[in-house]
Amino acid sequence: MIEIFKSANYDFLGKKWFFIGLSWVLILAGLASVLYRSFDGKDHTNAFNMGVDFAGGTLATVKFRSAPDSNTLRQALEKQGVEGSKIIIQPVTDEIGQAPKNEILVRLPNEVKVERQQGQSETGAKALNDADIGKQKILAAISSFDDPSTNGKVDVNKIGSDKLKFELIEKAKLDQQSAEEAARAIVDYREKTRAGLIGDINEVKNINGVPPQIADSLGKDFFAGFASVKSAEAVSPQVGADLRNSAIVVTLVSCIAMLAFVAFRFKSWGFGIGAVIAVFHDVLVTLGIFSIMQWEINLTVVAALLTLVGYSMNDTIVIFDRIREMMRTKRREGLEKLSNEAINQTLSRTIITSGLTFLTVCAMLVFGGEVLKSFSWCLFIGILIGTYSSIYIASPFMLLWESWRATARTEKTVSQSRVASSVPGDNDSLTATSAGITPQMLAAAGISTSPRKLRKKGK
Amino acid sequence: MNKNLRTRGIVIAIITIGCLVILFGPWNKQKGYARSASDFFSPSKLKQNLGENIRLGLDLKGGTHLVMQVQADEAITAMTNNNVQKGKDDLTKDGIKFTGVKAAAPGQIVVETPDTAEHDKIREKFFTFMPSDGWDYSTSGNSVTFKLTNRYANQIRKDATEQAKAIIEQRINQFGVAEPTVQLRGREEDHQILLQMPGVDNPDRVKDLLKTDARLEIRAANAQKFDTVEQANAALAGDTNKEVLPYREKKADGTSDTGFYIVDKLPVIDGSDLREARGIPNQQGFGFYVAFSLKPGGSEKFGTWTENNIGNYLAVVLNGEIRSVAVVRNKITDSGQIEGNFTQQQAEDLGLVLRSGALPAKITYIEERTVGPSLGADSIRQGIFASVVGLGLVILFMLFYYKMSGINAVVALALNLLILLAGLVLFSATLTLPGIAGVILLIGMAVDSNVLIFERIREELRAGKIVSSAVDTGFNKALVTIIDTHVTTIVSSAFLYIFGTGPVRGFAVTLTIGLLANLFTAVYVSRSMFMWVLSRGGRKSETISI
Repeated sequence: MIEIFKSANYDFLGKKWFFIGLSWVLILAGLASVLYRSFDGKDHTNAFNMGVDFAGGTLATVKFRSAPDSNTLRQALEKQGVEGSKIIIQPVTDEIGQAPKNEILVRLPNEVKVERQQGQSETGAKALNDADIGKQKILAAISSFDDPSTNGKVDVNKIGSDKLKFELIEKAKLDQQSAEEAARAIVDYREKTRAGLIGDINEVKNINGVPPQIADSLGKDFFAGFASVKSAEAVSPQVGADLRNSAIVVTLVSCIAMLAFVAFRFKSWGFGIGAVIAVFHDVLVTLGIFSIMQWEINLTVVAALLTLVGYSMNDTIVIFDRIREMMRTKRREGLEKLSNEAINQTLSRTIITSGLTFLTVCAMLVFGGEVLKSFSWCLFIGILIGTYSSIYIASPFMLLWESWRATARTEKTVSQSRVASSVPGDNDSLTATSAGITPQMLAAAGISTSPRKLRKKGK
Repeated sequence: MNKNLRTRGIVIAIITIGCLVILFGPWNKQKGYARSASDFFSPSKLKQNLGENIRLGLDLKGGTHLVMQVQADEAITAMTNNNVQKGKDDLTKDGIKFTGVKAAAPGQIVVETPDTAEHDKIREKFFTFMPSDGWDYSTSGNSVTFKLTNRYANQIRKDATEQAKAIIEQRINQFGVAEPTVQLRGREEDHQILLQMPGVDNPDRVKDLLKTDARLEIRAANAQKFDTVEQANAALAGDTNKEVLPYREKKADGTSDTGFYIVDKLPVIDGSDLREARGIPNQQGFGFYVAFSLKPGGSEKFGTWTENNIGNYLAVVLNGEIRSVAVVRNKITDSGQIEGNFTQQQAEDLGLVLRSGALPAKITYIEERTVGPSLGADSIRQGIFASVVGLGLVILFMLFYYKMSGINAVVALALNLLILLAGLVLFSATLTLPGIAGVILLIGMAVDSNVLIFERIREELRAGKIVSSAVDTGFNKALVTIIDTHVTTIVSSAFLYIFGTGPVRGFAVTLTIGLLANLFTAVYVSRSMFMWVLSRGGRKSETISI
């Protein structure tokens, strides 16, 4: 049997104040970054680097025959009237063992003008132009890389198959059906064989399905452009605000649902509150790190945040379950000691599970490609933080709540017992409550403490 | 014990085979496809079936996602103006005294009258064509005000959005996009329409087509053409029933003609009277014209009008611009044409747009996402590769750490993925990029259940229990925890599904199916395998590789 911990017995909860303090430091560092970046007056840093999903704007993947340096591209975009300092240009990393991609991610700030009447919400504003305005500017900018002699010709790299069909009818004088087949064949060749960009118009003449008689026309009226747009996302600002609001609502609602569910399952608000505070802690710390590192937050990152909420909750419940189970057998030991023991007993499971999940996330980070990058980073941090919080945040806050409740309850019980004569069996519940274990929790664990029930059994 | 084990074996076999059949069966075929035995047994056919069964999202398959906003307030403005015009006509016709009718604001009509005794008549007249519960009626001094109620205004906006959706649907279908989705999106007051078109690599033409405003009208025209708008206005001399419109005709021979004409404000027929419109090649010269025909009601109207107006002029007006002017030579009943030197594409598009009718209000594109198929293919390859690497690492660790019991975990994991994919097919859920990420993470969660169980069994063994009872207790104790963690996550996924949009929703579906599959494999399948291993050793089995 290979074991990570022979018999773990660390005093986790003894150092709880140190770690709660550490968490505050992390959260405050994130907050400081948010505040600093909102007020430092620099354009290219914001409190959060919101992706186009939330901030509006355009994000396009442009494929080039050979990638231009970013300054040339920036200048070409500036000529289209985009503010240069707000353009983000980022080359796509090549995959190992694959041909160089020559792809560049281009992000433009929001160019859509919005009309917002007084008293109208951000999301109710009216867009005055179409969201694709940024995409049109990118298309115009990359067309400037083409040879001027191609002016007026049709670019087979920037055209959809149905538009190409009509161009083939008009220019190459094909009939309906063969034009449709040829257009399909050309676009298929571009997308499947050439990964989105045809290098030379002469290649098109040899594609299966393109009639040989149009070779002349292809050379004369068509050309293969220097670059093409492989994907584009364009979002108006009011849609972005809407998506952002709904992401916040969704996170809050699912946290509240979990709070209620855990409290119901464990028959104690303390467990629910401990678990949910841990989850909030994870989200806050992760968002703080995203602000510090200025990583982009988009809809996929929200999905990742929700995943890490699920993970952290999973970890916490495993420990809480163990605490509840131990209350059945060792309830006289006091809740804090029990909790510490439970954390120790589940420690190898915690380390193995987190470690394995961490491995899969690392695989995603390395091999998952550009689109999954911010998603993977979010989980990379989230798993570390989530594991940490289920040990150092969830249980301590559960204990704090329970002991606060216990003091309140003891005071009440003590003042009551002065009036009423002591009932046999009452001692039992008194010791349990002073240790932070309530009768309800014991009942949930299958233990009866109620003196009345005892008497009934006696009958 | 043995009988119990056999039942378990049968249940697991049925579910496994069921999932394989769901996943690889020829279910998603075109109508009229003749299924044969080879669909189930030839490896290449099976692969093809798998590809057809799993529905990929636009981000993986490539395609266009468009959200548009209907400028629904325009519908209110248009309706107010129509009612003003109609009110004016009706009041004049019935000889009710008034000095002016105007739209003070969208949804507000003010009628000035010199005689307060006419107030009731005016109200009665207006409420013959306006719903009386939709407009608030009030008077002050000599004027009568009709104000649109909020409820009715919202109704009009909602109707405009619904109508726009229907028209967009019709245009998209006629355009021949494969498997488009058109639906209302967001809150009701947002007036948004979502259009998804898988496989449309470049949506420029579709976008133009959808936005095109095509209000076709045929109106009576004065014979005289003016060169400037001032001359035309002077000749109009304040006639409120007529107006000046610009004229631009592109003739079939390639020449064009421009100017201004005075035309009637009210059309003889309009777009709603159209039955059919098509692009037709010009007889002489190049280019295309658009020929249209009328519905029975429209052709009756048109026939009567042309019969009474032989020798007069009529104008074909498209979007407030006169496209051609012609003399009525004889009675025309059911057809006409918009002349011009269109390209084939323009003519076909105009025909299509005319057939589907005019949009009740303008639309604006507020979100556009296009993914080229080659990028989607990249994402799939990378996502699958990352999953395989992650899965491989997990399997290696489990076999190394838990020895033979690790095989249990690996089998459970494989079955889990199989059920997840079959579940996606069964519920026709769409696999998206965040979905693939969700799958990768489910691998982690599935392993967690096995780790929980194995660690529990180890604890019991350490406490000195005999193997079979350690396995039993381990499973029973871990079960409580596994159910708690899974149900909590399913509860939160349910809320993600209810309140989430787009990728968040797809993520929730994948997660929930995966978690349910995981409950089954970890608790039932893994345990059966332990039972099987123990039963082979008979009652004496004293060691277990864990």
